[in-house]
Amino acid sequence: MPEVRASSLEEVQEAVRTYPRLRPKGGGSKPALSTPKDGEALLDLSGLRGILEYAPEEFVFTAYAGTPLKEIEETLRAHGQYLPFHPPLVEQGATLGGTVAAGLSGPMRERFGGLRDFILGVRFVDGEGRVVRGGGKVVKNAAGFPFHRLMVGSLGAFGVMVELSFKVFPYPRATRSLRVGFAKTEEALEALEGLRTLPLDLLALDLVPPATLEIRLGGFPESLEKRIQRLQDLLQREGEVLLEDEAHWEGVRNLAFLKESPIWVKVPSRPDLIPMLEGLPLGPRRYLAGGELLYAGLDPEGLQALRERAIPHLVLRGKADQPLHPPPPEAFFAPIKRALDPRGRFPLG
Amino acid sequence: MGFLEELKALFPPGRVLTREAELAPYESDALTAYRKRPLAVVLPERKAEVVEAVRLCHRHGVPFVARGSGTSLSGGSLPVEGGLVIALNRMNRILRLDPKARIAVVEPGVVNLEVSRAAAPYGLYYAPDPSSQPISTIGGNVAFNSGGAHCLKYGMTAGHVLALEVVTPEGEVVRLGGESLEGVGPDLAGFFVGTEGLLGVALEITLRLLPKPEAYHTLLAAYGSLEAAGNAVSQVIQSGLLPGAMEIMDRLAIEAAEAAVKAGYPQAEALLIVELEGPKEEVEEEAKLLAQVIQESGATEVRIAQSEAERQAIWKGRKAAFSAVGRLSPDYIVQDGVVPRSRLGEALKEIGRLSQEYGLRVANVFHAGDGNLHPLVLYDGKKPGELERAEELAGEILKLCVRLGGSLTGEHGIGVEKKGYMPEMFATEDLLAMERVKEALDPKGLANRGKVLPGYGQGPHPGEVYA
Ligand SMILES: Cc1cc2nc3c(=O)[nH]c(=O)nc-3n(C[C@H](O)[C@H](O)[C@H](O)COP(=O)(O)OP(=O)(O)OC[C@H]3O[C@@H](n4cnc5c(N)ncnc54)[C@H](O)[C@@H]3O)c2cc1C
Repeated sequence: MPEVRASSLEEVQEAVRTYPRLRPKGGGSKPALSTPKDGEALLDLSGLRGILEYAPEEFVFTAYAGTPLKEIEETLRAHGQYLPFHPPLVEQGATLGGTVAAGLSGPMRERFGGLRDFILGVRFVDGEGRVVRGGGKVVKNAAGFPFHRLMVGSLGAFGVMVELSFKVFPYPRATRSLRVGFAKTEEALEALEGLRTLPLDLLALDLVPPATLEIRLGGFPESLEKRIQRLQDLLQREGEVLLEDEAHWEGVRNLAFLKESPIWVKVPSRPDLIPMLEGLPLGPRRYLAGGELLYAGLDPEGLQALRERAIPHLVLRGKADQPLHPPPPEAFFAPIKRALDPRGRFPLG
Repeated sequence: MGFLEELKALFPPGRVLTREAELAPYESDALTAYRKRPLAVVLPERKAEVVEAVRLCHRHGVPFVARGSGTSLSGGSLPVEGGLVIALNRMNRILRLDPKARIAVVEPGVVNLEVSRAAAPYGLYYAPDPSSQPISTIGGNVAFNSGGAHCLKYGMTAGHVLALEVVTPEGEVVRLGGESLEGVGPDLAGFFVGTEGLLGVALEITLRLLPKPEAYHTLLAAYGSLEAAGNAVSQVIQSGLLPGAMEIMDRLAIEAAEAAVKAGYPQAEALLIVELEGPKEEVEEEAKLLAQVIQESGATEVRIAQSEAERQAIWKGRKAAFSAVGRLSPDYIVQDGVVPRSRLGEALKEIGRLSQEYGLRVANVFHAGDGNLHPLVLYDGKKPGELERAEELAGEILKLCVRLGGSLTGEHGIGVEKKGYMPEMFATEDLLAMERVKEALDPKGLANRGKVLPGYGQGPHPGEVYA
């Protein structure tokens, strides 16, 4: 298997023109997606790193796609800002490009939205080695085809991302968390559904099966006490208040709860689907973002169950013939793929 | 059978318009300086009728334009000469509203505000709120990735569209996205939003709904200069606050709004509106910080809405500003460029200079929080050459926005109006990539032909014009 490293735009173009089939890899934290298949050359982008522009007062930064999220988050944090979609696997070396390509968001997506809500622009090398830019570097922009949104979850199908621009927000001044247990899954679900429709501005709202809710609040320290109290009243439960909650949520967003599992999957979920999903042979798991996002650890039997039920999912780690299920809709996806990657150098399709 | 006969066979009488008087209202959108006569207008009431119409166009090679309420300000729904207009206003049903799932599934002709109305009893709302929300349709909003006053915090339409059913220009029906906030695979629904009808017609749209904020804190501050108001916006951002909206109006816009709706605004060179929203305890704390920041920003007068009525009064003037400017001038062009927020001051100064140079008044109303300018270029279309001068000035403003690192449009789209400026913002390769995608999905170039892409359909080889 040929392996090539690219640490500049030109080197990416060169690699794309040289190898008939390529598999980009950022940090490799989603090996089911970034491990080359037969006939594919590995394009290692971990050298394509660095923040190119960052204007804290604009809430915008631009960085090379191979930049580790950890580096980006440290820079943002120095200015009291963060990536509100709270991407996973930061500790494991996830890069900006890999996160966009895999389309991954973490628990704090609950407050302001996911990756798709924060990406502003992209520069990528298409399947013919041409450089294409989409979107822009301002928080509001509606000009031209939004190639940046096409990259979200693309698994590198349309090109190798070189540069990405994102919107960021101020990090909450303080955070607190409330962990509340229920007797049964149904009770926890009912409480979750209630909280979802209320104007509580939760940073995170997770269901930990079988029947625990973990809720995170952010804001002024003075308001947090009252808001926690209000939550306790609403839920009619004291629960457990976590004052120092940072480390806990870092563990969650780094998917520490999946550690022992051979296969890691992302499943788009919804509260009404949870009872059905809970009936499947899934391993360790957690429903994030008000029940809209499931990360689960599986063995092959669990993966098989998802397949058989035709439940959409994406395999991040572990053996899978087709990490993405189902494939994208042919009538719309195939022409776009043909336009940007006519020789089929990249994954998918 | 010819195209028209087949079309008439598909639709009941009265839903295919071909007579001159019937076609006239569809000859332009809200950018009335451009007009084109379509061959016919169809008024579908069901998805299948749209699909059949698109397939018929494909078979006969007839270009078509989907149309919502025709409020586009950039000629986005301008017909193609001799083409078909598919007017979607009658497809205005909310098919499903599921408060637990926080979604609404709607037909494309549903008016934006109707979604929030329907969601209100459940404490939910649809966040994207263009000023045209009482009339513009979700289909039009999707095509243009429309925005409004709340984009900094809540993003544009794209973030609020979870799934789409689309008929491609070749007549295939596809579903993009899903009902969950999260998806797997390429975000094709996200990609469709903002492509201005060039890649197909949206037949059904799944929207995310949000809980309506519990509390608002609305502040109006007056300043002795536009620059001071602009600086105040930066100071608010630097303080770590994230307001739901921050809007600025200049003196001309204030005068117009006063004359039109008597909002009771103070006399000033510039007014800043800042609105905080969220849980009441949080808004209370944020309001204290905001008061301090605004005090230090040199505001000459500060008013805080004490009731919902006072809040509405503050917004009334802002919302009326566009139409109110019509009282100051027989005609005006609404521009829609974006600059990085920190360069607002520079941009406004240059706009002032250009206004002098061209001898045309420019009123400024803008979404200051996200750097989205709406300069209103006032002119009199009856004076020879004035429209051309106004267009030239508007063009200079757009180029200025791009030069400062911004964008040609924040929310009104490229349409026909701005396609000539696309090469200012995008390199040849970028535009060619857009053309290749368009070509692949629409080999006959039928869907909203002539919009967005500056070279499309002009030469035997697309892209030739850039060479
Ligand atoms: C007074 C006024 C204020 C405005 N304020 C704002 C504002 O604050 N923010 C903002 O973003 N815009 C604003 N606009 C512009 C305009 O209202 C928006 O662009 C709106 O989204 C257009 O909706 P529409 O239903 O009128 O669409 P139309 O004008 O009918 O069409 C707009 C575009 O959408 C396409 N289209 C329509 N339906 C479909 C469909 N189902 N599938 C595919 N393509 C489709 C059309 O082909 C066209 O390209 C304003 C306009 C006016 C007149």
